[in-house]
Amino acid sequence: MAVEERIQQSLERAAEPSGTPDVRLDRVTKKFDDVVAVDDLSLEIPRGSFFALLGPSGCGKTTTLRMIGGFEEPTAGAIYLGEREVSGTPPYKRDVNTVFQSYALFPHLSIFENVAFGLRRKGTRGGILKGKVEEMLDLVQLSGYGKRKPRQLSGGQQQRVALARALVNSPRVLLLDEPLGALDLKLRKEMQLFIKRLQHDVGITFIHVTHDQEEAMTMADRIAVMNQGRIEQLGTPDELYELPQTAFVAGFLGISNLLRGTVAGPDAVRLGDGTTIRVRTGSLAGHTGDVAVGIRPEKIRPDEQDPNALPGVVRERAYIGVSTQYIVETRNGNVTVVVLNDRSGTVPHSPGDHLTLSWDPEATFVVDPMEEAE
Amino acid sequence: MSSIAVPARSRRNTLATTLGFVRRHLLTAYSILFFAYLLLPIAVVILFSFNHPIGKFNYTWQGFTWDNWRYWDGVPGIRSSIVLSLQIALLASIVATALGTLIALALVRYGFRGRGTTNILIFLPLSTPEIVLGASLLTLFLNLNVVFGFWTILIAHIMFCISFAVVTVKARLVGFDRHLEEAAMDLGANEWTTFRKVTLPLSAPAILAALLLCFAISIDDFVVTYFNSGNKVTFPLFVWGAARIGAPPQVNVIGTAIFVIAITVMLANVLVQMRRAKRVS
Ligand SMILES: Nc1ncnc2c1ncn2[C@@H]1O[C@H](COP(=O)(O)OP(=O)(O)OP(=O)(O)O)[C@@H](O)[C@H]1O
Ligand SMILES: [Mg+2]
Repeated sequence: MAVEERIQQSLERAAEPSGTPDVRLDRVTKKFDDVVAVDDLSLEIPRGSFFALLGPSGCGKTTTLRMIGGFEEPTAGAIYLGEREVSGTPPYKRDVNTVFQSYALFPHLSIFENVAFGLRRKGTRGGILKGKVEEMLDLVQLSGYGKRKPRQLSGGQQQRVALARALVNSPRVLLLDEPLGALDLKLRKEMQLFIKRLQHDVGITFIHVTHDQEEAMTMADRIAVMNQGRIEQLGTPDELYELPQTAFVAGFLGISNLLRGTVAGPDAVRLGDGTTIRVRTGSLAGHTGDVAVGIRPEKIRPDEQDPNALPGVVRERAYIGVSTQYIVETRNGNVTVVVLNDRSGTVPHSPGDHLTLSWDPEATFVVDPMEEAE
Repeated sequence: MSSIAVPARSRRNTLATTLGFVRRHLLTAYSILFFAYLLLPIAVVILFSFNHPIGKFNYTWQGFTWDNWRYWDGVPGIRSSIVLSLQIALLASIVATALGTLIALALVRYGFRGRGTTNILIFLPLSTPEIVLGASLLTLFLNLNVVFGFWTILIAHIMFCISFAVVTVKARLVGFDRHLEEAAMDLGANEWTTFRKVTLPLSAPAILAALLLCFAISIDDFVVTYFNSGNKVTFPLFVWGAARIGAPPQVNVIGTAIFVIAITVMLANVLVQMRRAKRVS
């Protein structure tokens, strides 16, 4: 029965009009007793994309993924895989496969049988099965490991078996829940590139859950930043970095300086100390009263002639190699500045030095101020 | 050589060496004593299964014979008591392990109302004195007007075995990754296939252990059985009855046989584990 179900699903997939999102969440809410894990979340994931769900611990990423996989049912709302609404459909009838954080390789089965598990459930046997499994092991660079048991493999190898075991079924969507969490830094970097290349090669939609902003930026085409069960902002990595729409997103992706002030005319904001600064044209649309003006550290140029200027005193200096990071105290709070060490002979500023921070209005963004904003 | 007088210094050396020897071998000596304490009674049982007693009592060594082994069922009632005990132990351990495994699965996998209470209730038979269990069951059966015999013994044995089975299987289930079953479902296995292909193979060692444990507990149970057996006689009841009028050496024969079988099973298990470990590395 499950076999026909799956064939039916592949046919449906082929017949869908192009542009149908592979996964669509429509106002999905999930409550565990009193805890609202996912809060009225709507989301569309285009076919073939590498999509990242990024957010701090406990924001509901895993819960969202488990609802797509069929391990949890939404309290309210609907989930669509392609055009089909899947609430109440058990995991084994969904055209979705998961890579678990713990890998969850079957310890009693060989690597070959682990990878073959899904194919066997579909009724694949004999030479076709063997061919597919070996092709997949080859793809994850583990040909020749088929006879081993999972515990005889290193963490990185187990990770790749988990990928192979899921991908061999050619699912509509591959779900990855912090798949690199258990690996050390160097291996993690390697696997990030490996998985990205793999996604490119197989063309399957990947949904990748992580709390590591660098990982999300490296791997994903599109990122949804989650906070407290909601999506704060959705966009490409550079959109999120250059134009964060909330103080949370600005703080979660990289370092940003947020200066509090009030709207003082078109494209102008008066800071707490009375300095008026100019912001990017149109960025105040929809804002009145209190706002926070954001500026990334590397876009501030000390002692240059840009339109915005703010005097300050260097408090700390950290030499990082490619760049030097300064903490500059101003009357509007501390500002982090990063200066590229691209010219030899440049005399770096020292703690205690007075300087004027200057930047281009085009490099700013405006968000609502947040109480706990950094 | 030893009769030659040893110089004082050398004698002191000898003393030091002896002390050193004792110190180094203290653990060995202790272990030997410990095992002697454990094994001596069993050795006596085995030895006296070859005794040729004069009169009713098999307490003093009279001479070696194979007769007790050759005529192991030469005492009236011993054969039927062994058959009954084996039947009860086999049935009780299978039923108790099957039920216990299901209870363990429910306790570990599903959150249901009363899970905490069930968890405590499972431990109750383990901590209740057997004499109380036996007496309460007797009262229950009497109130229900049940005919005492095979079925009452079986029910009683299943009852006290279940807890052991649950505890044994639960320990294993708690230890393994819950995501394994989700992974199986994720890969297209329905509930039954998941149980067959993942849950069962992974808990098989614990289920086997539970089976053996239940068998062992059931086959030598005396107290609970005594209350609920009616006129049926299991092997432990037979031994008890025989001991009052002088236990025949056949009792030792059966005891020895059980001991040997148990040891064989254990060794086989160890060997299998060792072979498996070697194959892995
Ligand atoms: N089975 C459950 N029962 C009760 N509460 C749960 C359950 N699963 C998750 N929660 C709660 O829902 C919220 C979201 O959890 P979730 O696991 O989705 O977070 P996450 O974003 O994946 O976090 P992390 O990065 O730590 O994995 C948390 O507050 C968590 O405590
Ligand atoms: Mg999580």
